Amino acid sequence: MSTPLLEVVDVAKRFSVGTRFSRQGVRIVHALDGVSFTVMPGETLGLVGESGCGKSTLGRCITRLYDLTSGRLRFAGTDISLLSQRQMRPLRRRIQMVFQDPYASLNPRRRVRDLIAEPLRVHTSMADAEIGRRVSELLDIVGLKPDHAMRFPHEFSGGQRQRIGIARAIALNPELIVLDEPVSALDVSVQAQIVNLLADLQERLNLTYIFIAHDLSVVRQVSTRIAVMYLGSIVEMGSADDIFLRPAHPYTQALISAVPVPDLAAQGSAKRIVLTGDVPSPVNPPPGCRFHTRCPIAQERCRVERPVRTDCGPGRSVACHFPNDVVHTS
Amino acid sequence: MLKVRDLSVAFRTEQGMVHAVDDVSFDVGEGELLGVVGESGSGKTVSLLAVMGLITDPNAVITGSIQYRGRELVGLKPREMRALRGKEIAMIFQDPMTALTPVYTIGWQIAEQVLAHEKISKAAAWQRTIDLLAEVNIPNPRETVHRYPHQLSGGMRQRVVIAMALSCNPALLVADEPTTALDVTVQAQILDLLRKLRKNHGSAIVFITHDMGVMAEIADRMLVMYAGRVVERGKKEELFLQPLHPYTRALLDSIPPLTGKKPKRLRAIPGAPPNLLNRPPGCAFAPRCIERFEKCSAEPALGYGMHTAACFRVSS
Amino acid sequence: MIFALLQRIAQMLFVMFGISVLVFLIFFATPGTDPAARIAGRNASPEVLEAVRRSFGFDQPMYVQYLTMMKKIFITGDLTSFVNRGWKVVPAVMDTIPVTLSLVFGAAILWVVFALIIGIVAAATRGSWVDKTLMMLGLIGISMPVYWLGEVMNLLSQNRYHDTWIFSWVPPLGYKNFSDDPKGWFLTLVIPWITLSILYIGLYGRVLRAAIVESLQEDYIRTARAKGLSETRILLRHALRTSLVAFVTLFGLDFGALVGGSALLTEVVFGLQGLGKLTYDALLNLDLPIIMTTVLYASFFVVMANAVVDLLYMLLDPRVRTA
Repeated sequence: MSTPLLEVVDVAKRFSVGTRFSRQGVRIVHALDGVSFTVMPGETLGLVGESGCGKSTLGRCITRLYDLTSGRLRFAGTDISLLSQRQMRPLRRRIQMVFQDPYASLNPRRRVRDLIAEPLRVHTSMADAEIGRRVSELLDIVGLKPDHAMRFPHEFSGGQRQRIGIARAIALNPELIVLDEPVSALDVSVQAQIVNLLADLQERLNLTYIFIAHDLSVVRQVSTRIAVMYLGSIVEMGSADDIFLRPAHPYTQALISAVPVPDLAAQGSAKRIVLTGDVPSPVNPPPGCRFHTRCPIAQERCRVERPVRTDCGPGRSVACHFPNDVVHTS
Repeated sequence: MLKVRDLSVAFRTEQGMVHAVDDVSFDVGEGELLGVVGESGSGKTVSLLAVMGLITDPNAVITGSIQYRGRELVGLKPREMRALRGKEIAMIFQDPMTALTPVYTIGWQIAEQVLAHEKISKAAAWQRTIDLLAEVNIPNPRETVHRYPHQLSGGMRQRVVIAMALSCNPALLVADEPTTALDVTVQAQILDLLRKLRKNHGSAIVFITHDMGVMAEIADRMLVMYAGRVVERGKKEELFLQPLHPYTRALLDSIPPLTGKKPKRLRAIPGAPPNLLNRPPGCAFAPRCIERFEKCSAEPALGYGMHTAACFRVSS
Repeated sequence: MIFALLQRIAQMLFVMFGISVLVFLIFFATPGTDPAARIAGRNASPEVLEAVRRSFGFDQPMYVQYLTMMKKIFITGDLTSFVNRGWKVVPAVMDTIPVTLSLVFGAAILWVVFALIIGIVAAATRGSWVDKTLMMLGLIGISMPVYWLGEVMNLLSQNRYHDTWIFSWVPPLGYKNFSDDPKGWFLTLVIPWITLSILYIGLYGRVLRAAIVESLQEDYIRTARAKGLSETRILLRHALRTSLVAFVTLFGLDFGALVGGSALLTEVVFGLQGLGKLTYDALLNLDLPIIMTTVLYASFFVVMANAVVDLLYMLLDPRVRTA
C-alpha cells in the first residue's frame, strides 16, 4: 500500500462568537469535531453534507487558512498541524485551493495574465519571459484563448472565471488541490465543462483533489471516495459506489433519497425518506449521536451514547449504532 | 386561466437595449403546475415578474399581452394590479433569508397581507395567520407568530413565505426557485409541502427552477427557456422522454447521474449563453449546437400543438 | 432585555469613569507644568498659587488628588474659578444647562420632523424634479455656516426688518426662563432653533433619502409589493422603518455633541448663556476649572446619548434585541 498524501487525525475546530457583552455571552461553535481520514495520491475525496456541516471549515483547516483547535495534519509525511504561516509558505506551493466564487478572489483591476502570473512571481524566481510562457501554457491547459490574457475578470462568464481560478491553482504544480464548491455557482451546462476539465487535469498533472460540494450528483461524478458529514463529523465514508449504492448511515440514505432525479423512470422506484426538522445548531450540538434528533430509526442508546466511526468493510466506515446495509432498490 | 402572448421585456441601458425576454407565449390552465426551466439569464424570472407586474425599473419596456382570466394585465392601472397581486396571484421568492422584512414579526407580516385584501377584523386575520402557519407545518404556530425572521431557519422562513403567499387563497401562485437556496433534505420537505398545498388549495402554480430533477418531480407541463425565448414546450413526460430541442437534450445530458453507471466524462455543452445585449441573429443556441445547419442563421419559431420546439431540425 | 439594559448602563458608567480619569490626567499630570499655576490662571500671585496647592492637595499622591477633584465637582460642588475669584463652577455650569437643553431640544424637534418629511418625499419621488430640488436645498442648508446664518437672521429680524410685520414679534437677544415667561422663552428661541436646525435638516434629509432608496432595493420590498400593499405603505412601513437605524445613530451622536457644547456658535451669535458660551468664555480667560468641568459634562452627555441610541436600536431592530 502506498503512503497517504494527507492524513487528518482527530481534527477539531471551534470558533467563538459574540462578545462578553452580548446577551448570551461568548458562545462556542463546534464546527469540526474528531474528524479523521486519509487521502491517497491521485484520488479524489468528496466531502458532502448540508450547510453548517463543517465541510468548508474542514477545507480551510486542511489548507491551514484556519488554525486547528486540536488534532494533527500530516502532508506527505510532514506534520503541518502546528506550522506557523511563515513555515507553511513553502508548502503553499504544494497545497492549493479553489473557491466557489472565483470572481470574489480575483482582483478586478488586474489583467488575467497578471492574475495567473501572481503565484509564479510570489513563489518562484522565474524570469519574466519564462513566466509569460508558463502563463500562455496554463491558459491553454484550462481551455482559455491566448487573447484572453489581456482582459479583466469582469469580461468573463462564470465558467471562464472558474477556469482562471483553476489556472492560478495549478500554476505551481501542486500535489493537492482543495476545491470548495467549485461548480455550485455555475449553470448545469457550464458545470459539466468544469467537472470535465478537473477530471482531465487530474489525469494529466497527477493531482489529488479534495472536492467539497453539497450537490450529490456532482460529488458522485468526480469522487473516488466520499465522506458524508453531519454537524461537524464524518458519519460515513467509503467508495463512491458504496456510498451511493449501499449507504449504511440513515443520514446518508436520507440525503441521497432527497435528491430529485431528472429521470422519470427512476422516480417511482426509489423510496424517499423525508427528514423532519432542521439541522441543530453547532453551538449546542445534541448529546449522543448528533443525528438522533432527526433520525427515523433512533433509539434510546442513540440519545446517550455517541457512536464511533468503525470500519465495516474495505475502506468503508460508518458512525452509527444501527448501520443498515440494505442495498437500495434503485 | 393565464394567457401570455408575445411577451417581450427589454431594458434600456447605456450600451443599448437588453432583450431579457423575447416573444414569449404560454398558457397556464386552472390548477395546473407549469414548470419553467432555464439557466441564469434565460429570462424565466423576468417573464414571471412581468406577469406579477413587479418590474419597477423605469428603463424596462414591456410589450405583448398577459391575460389573467380574460383580463389584460399589461397596462393595467397600478391600483387594479395591486388588488390582484397577493390576492389572486401570489409569489414565492428564491431566497427566504432576505424575503421578509427584518423588523416585524412573521405573524404581523402575514396578517398585513390578509388585512390589505380582505375586510376582516384584526383578530380574525391573526387567527387565519396561525392556521396558515399550522398548515405549512410550522411547529407551535401560536408562539412562532411572534418570532422575527432572523430567529427562524431558512426552511422555516420559506414556509412562512409560502404561508404568506397562500394567505388569500390565490388562484395562481408563482414560485421563483423556491427551493434553490435550501439544503436537499429541507428541499424535500418543501416540495412535499407544495404538493400537499396544491391538493388542498387547487391553485395553479408556475414553478421556476434551473433544476431538472425538481421539475421531473413536480411539474405537469414544462417550458424550456434559453436566452429570453421559449425553445421547447410540452408535457413533462414528453419533455423528459422525447426531448425535441437540441438544447433540452444537451441540458439533460450534462447533468451527472445520481444512479446507474457513472460516465467517464460528462457531456457538457460547449461555450456559454449569448450576451443578450448584442444578440446575434438566428437561433440563439446555434453557436453551441452540435446539430446546427445552414437554416439556423434564421430565427426558428415555436410551433403550435402541445409538444413543440423552436428548432428547424424538428420542423423539417 | 432588562439584563442587556443593565449591562449597557454598567458599561456606560465604566466609560464615564475612564473619561474622568483621562481628563484629570490631562489637567493635572501633564509633565513639565505646574497644575496649580494653570488652575490659578494668568498672573496669579504666589499666595494664590499656594492656596491652590493646598486646596487641591498637590503634595499628596495622584489618586488622592483625583478623588479630591471628583469630590469638588460631584459631591460638595465647591470647585471655584480662580479667574473670577470665588465664583463657584458647578452652579455656573448648572445654570447654563437649561439654556442649552432648550436650544438643542427645540432644534432637534424641528430637524427630525423636517428631515423626515424631506427624506420621505424625496425618496418617494426619487429621480423627479421634486427630489432634485429638495436635495439641492439640503445641500445649500449643509453648506451655510451657522454663525453666518445666525448673523444674517439677526440682521434681518433685529435690525433691518424688525419694524415690519414679519419680524416685529421677535424679542431682543437673550434667554428668558421658561418658568418665568413661557411665551418669551418660546419667542426668543424661535430664530435660534431655525438657525441651528437648518444644517441638520439638510444633512438628515439627504441621509434618510439615501437610506430609504437603498432599502427599496431589498428583496423584502419586492415581497411587500407581491403582497399587493400600496406604495405608501411599502414606503412608510417597510422601507422607512428599516432605514431609521442610520438616522437614529446619527441623531444620537449629533444630539449628544450639541448638548455637550457644540451649539457654541449659535449660543454666541444669539447671546444665549448656554454651556457652549460658558466654555467659550472660559477658554478666552483660560479658566481651567470651568473648562475641565464642562469637558467632563460634555463627554458624559455624549456617552449617555450613545447609550440611549443603543437602547433605541433594541427597540427598532429585533435582531439587536435578541442576538
